[in-house]
Amino acid sequence: MSFVLNLSLSRAAKPLRSTVALATLTLLGLASLPAAADRGREMSQNVPKSYSQECAACHLAYPPGLLPATSWQRIMKGLDHHYGTDASLEPVQVQEIGRWLDTHAGTYKRVREMPPEDRITRSAWFERKHRKVEPAVWTLPSVKSAAQCAVCHTGAEQGRFDDDDLRQPAGLSAAQKRAWRD
Amino acid sequence: MKTPALAQVRFPVQRQRSWRPLLRMALLSAFMPFVGLSQSWATDTTPAQQLQRFVTEAGRPGNAVAGERLFTRQHGNEWSCASCHGERPLANGRHASTGKTIPPLAPAANAKSLTDPAKVDKWLRRNCKDVLSRECSAAEKADVLAWLISLKP
Repeated sequence: MSFVLNLSLSRAAKPLRSTVALATLTLLGLASLPAAADRGREMSQNVPKSYSQECAACHLAYPPGLLPATSWQRIMKGLDHHYGTDASLEPVQVQEIGRWLDTHAGTYKRVREMPPEDRITRSAWFERKHRKVEPAVWTLPSVKSAAQCAVCHTGAEQGRFDDDDLRQPAGLSAAQKRAWRD
Repeated sequence: MKTPALAQVRFPVQRQRSWRPLLRMALLSAFMPFVGLSQSWATDTTPAQQLQRFVTEAGRPGNAVAGERLFTRQHGNEWSCASCHGERPLANGRHASTGKTIPPLAPAANAKSLTDPAKVDKWLRRNCKDVLSRECSAAEKADVLAWLISLKP
């Protein structure tokens, strides 16, 4: 691609150069459009250090786009009783993380709904996407819980959950392996 | 007439400007080592210093046997410390609900463990509440740290 660009630019044909520039701009514009429009699952680039340090000490640094702002707000208000553990933080950190979650919370299509208990794994879209995963797979020693996104989603740390980046967890039965391929 | 007057005015100003930054730099560099030192004191200590902190507060030495007992037993709740950190925390632990890997707690297996006072305080506060439904006393903290520090691979 860059080779083609260089070639056409080196010819220094002015109209061609502007066409290439225009095409590049259009491409860039198209590429950035979905990210800007749906504030989806991709991890934002400006993750506060406190988020990776505090939240990701116990679980994956979930992309904020996986829950709506109201859910995040409730979670940040109840950190001393956080899904069975005390995850309380200094007020400064609560504020910093809360503000960032608010800015990057999910606003697109299905993430607008608040899931029960503000659990990502109870969202309708999550359950639909994982409907073929047998309950026994979640409790495999190699998986342990549905919070362990990265066991199967190799790009989870970067907020990539595409089906292409999947990896089978260790210990699947033959039938479960067959189901995996479907 | 004009020129010497200007020169007279300018000269002292220029001289002042030239030594002020120098003085500022000298002052700064004189205090810099102290700033650096106080920062490193604030974050990096040794596990032994952390133990000493709780021993001083409790007014008695840490008891490793009592520490092991506290760590490995349940205290009326579903989790013990070992539920996440393992019975002998020389190896990686695993978060009891999320399954996330937790680095070893014993300093012999993890050079970073028990070296940051703020982290030590934060995790003891939270985890004691999870396991004992209350904060741990200084004596209990001294016991657990004494045991953790005594662990050898």
